[in-house]
Amino acid sequence: MNKVTDISSLRDPAFTAAVQADSGQDVTTCYQCGNCTAGCPASFAYDRQVSQIMRGVQLGLKDEVLNTRSIWMCLSCSTCSLRCPNNIDVAAVMETLRHMARKEGRVTVPKVEKFWFSFLDTVRVFGRTYEIGTMALYMLRSLRIFTDLDLAPEALKKRKLGLIPHAIPRQDVPDDGARAVGRIMQRYRQRALREGVRP
Amino acid sequence: MRIGVFICHCGSNIGGTVDCARVAELSRAFPDVVYADDPMYTCAEPGQAAIEAAIHEHRLDGVVVASCTPRMHEPTFRRTVERAGLNRYMFEMANIREHVSWIGKDKEANTNKAAELVLMAVEKLRRNTPLTPKSFDITKKVLIIGGGVAGIQAALDCADGGVPVVLVEREATIGGKMAKLDKTFPTVDCSACILGPKMVDVAQHPNITLYAYAEVEDISGYVGNFSVKIRKKAAYVDWSKCTGCGACTEKCPARKTPDAFNELTGPTTAINIAFPQAIPKKAVINAAHCRQLSKGKCGVCAKVCPTGAIRYDMEDEIVTEEVGSIVAATGYDLMDWTVYSEYGGGKYPDVITSLQYERLLSASGPTGGHILRPSDGREPKSVVFIQCVGSRDKSVGRPYCSGFCCMYTAKQAVLTKDHIPDSQSWVFYMDIRAPGKMYDEFTRRAVEEYGTEYIRGRVSAIYPDGKGQYVVMGVDTLLGQPVEIKADLVVLAVGIEASKGASQLAEKLRISYDQYGFFMESHVKLKPVETNTAGVFLAGVCQGAKDIPASVAQGSAAAAKVLALFARDKLESDPQIAQVDMRRCVNCGKCIRCCPFGAIKEVEMRGEGKAQVIETVCQGCGLCTATCPQGAIQLSHATDNQILAEVNALCQC
Repeated sequence: MNKVTDISSLRDPAFTAAVQADSGQDVTTCYQCGNCTAGCPASFAYDRQVSQIMRGVQLGLKDEVLNTRSIWMCLSCSTCSLRCPNNIDVAAVMETLRHMARKEGRVTVPKVEKFWFSFLDTVRVFGRTYEIGTMALYMLRSLRIFTDLDLAPEALKKRKLGLIPHAIPRQDVPDDGARAVGRIMQRYRQRALREGVRP
Repeated sequence: MRIGVFICHCGSNIGGTVDCARVAELSRAFPDVVYADDPMYTCAEPGQAAIEAAIHEHRLDGVVVASCTPRMHEPTFRRTVERAGLNRYMFEMANIREHVSWIGKDKEANTNKAAELVLMAVEKLRRNTPLTPKSFDITKKVLIIGGGVAGIQAALDCADGGVPVVLVEREATIGGKMAKLDKTFPTVDCSACILGPKMVDVAQHPNITLYAYAEVEDISGYVGNFSVKIRKKAAYVDWSKCTGCGACTEKCPARKTPDAFNELTGPTTAINIAFPQAIPKKAVINAAHCRQLSKGKCGVCAKVCPTGAIRYDMEDEIVTEEVGSIVAATGYDLMDWTVYSEYGGGKYPDVITSLQYERLLSASGPTGGHILRPSDGREPKSVVFIQCVGSRDKSVGRPYCSGFCCMYTAKQAVLTKDHIPDSQSWVFYMDIRAPGKMYDEFTRRAVEEYGTEYIRGRVSAIYPDGKGQYVVMGVDTLLGQPVEIKADLVVLAVGIEASKGASQLAEKLRISYDQYGFFMESHVKLKPVETNTAGVFLAGVCQGAKDIPASVAQGSAAAAKVLALFARDKLESDPQIAQVDMRRCVNCGKCIRCCPFGAIKEVEMRGEGKAQVIETVCQGCGLCTATCPQGAIQLSHATDNQILAEVNALCQC
């Protein structure tokens, strides 16, 4: 807090341009009304509010923006995009920032990334989400064995946690759909490797 | 022919990217050019003097000036050549600033293009003929459309200047939006008290004819001689007998009629007088809600009316007025804020517009001047004001600032504290725009003396908390945090748009309007009340957002324009108009149908029908010349031969 940001030396116009190009959004149209922050349901978990991240992008403060916890705590609910009076897809900007941070190998909240991997692993194998599988993988990856375990009985009772993975129903070939999804993911994995992003 | 060419440097505006001396040198080789020069500022006094001197010295009979857009200085240079004894139409202008120097950086290409444009002007000028304007009589009477404060001011100033005024107002009373306001910023004086006397002046002025509850149906003619059809809508009350006593409104049983004057904050009766100070103070029946007119049984008002003024069989009436000039002062309406579903989209009774709040504050409003919540009639203790609802918001197609909301919101916050001393007002704002005289001081007073909390940020959503209050989810961007406020009443500073039907009226007036329906002035800075149609002027918000002082000022400005126009007894018509070659005309009638001004009529000549141009009506647009299959209609000063000569010049460069 309260330390002076030396904008003239930290300013990186190439960063702003890259965010604009990758997200397809014109951040100069943001006039800092703050409506994205006003509606953000994850704001309580943010270290910098989303409107402040937009400001950082406008000024080209790359480290300031990419090192935030906020970009990882974003739920991608797109309320910000919906409310923006200037039609900026703010959620797309946040998504772009996460991509950039990953390409640079800086993930400020690793457990979020671990959760994504756990989720994607189950999709790769089963073609659809498998909640208990995701949970188990996340526990292993993050070593947070008892996280949210207390919620499991209630979720089971409400049939939100299926014990058997959802299959993609196709009468002739039982798991062809799952394999097709797996192939899509394999293709993207290879592309990520080519582009030097941690898969 | 002996032509002189002047290539203007316009300081560095043209000289910076065009080699003007070179263009002048090239011009000397153009046909009939006997003199060429490149002055620094051609429009300045020495520049004009040099043109005059060259005309005398070199016996020029035509002049080309290559400089800026003809919209600005063509009249200037026409006067210059006229002073030196030439016909003012023996002059051509090549636009080498807007069309060349301001849009290209390549000096060589610019220089070549400038020379080509000069050659085109020279080729056209060689085929010019002297033209003489005709003069015609004018009707010294003005039509003012819209009886809001701008229209009232324009009407009074014109009438005081001795000009008869026809004032047409769509609603049953003049006064416009200002009549609905409780107080006005920054002085917090009573709106009705300062507007009322002006309204009465309109009613009493011998030079003003007021058509209230009437609309302009059709306009034909041209500057000096417009003919206007006015539809007097059926009020179902004979206004010559109605005394405005109000006996009918007391007895009318249709008591759930929506009250447009009160912005639907409370019901009224089907027969109604808008408000106590209404001008004219006459009753009008809302036909949709009148039991006699909709169901055929009631007739109470006719029974109680002491003067027998009720006329259920009344129909709309068309009257025609001849005027020489028109002032449009049609004002504004609020945009449809119900597109903001996050603010309830109109579902929440205690989320209201600022204009509705004015009616709640007003002693002539539905609550008698007490702030009471529409839902339960309770006095609100926490009032949230949200600014820029439908202003500066591209997502709802309203990117412009409505101009006066910052100020009236501050005023409403002050009035809220005056009415309910133990209340707290909150204002969500993006920027406080208070550039007028004593305006910023006023917003500071709202904060410093009245304890209004200004919160810098927008509001994402409003929802009822189920206990009679509303949760306003906003942000304080200065704090860098989302914030929530519990509100009893939420007032939205809803943005403005051009009043309903403005674009249709613009088409009747043949004036331009922007994509939001606001009328276009002739020049943003230098002709703010004129339009591109001669004799039609603008006043008030119909031209763009402005507050009361600015609307009044523009009303007076429009009146000054009318009075200046009427200071002359005759007007000159532009001779650059269409002319029919009778020998070629086959009377197909296409020109008559395509003319947007009704300037072509069919005449009988030696037993044959022929087209004839009414010289004072033709605006020289050229549509007929492009339409005529015979090439029988030619536009003086832009004949087919002249245009082809220009094209030839360009193609041979």
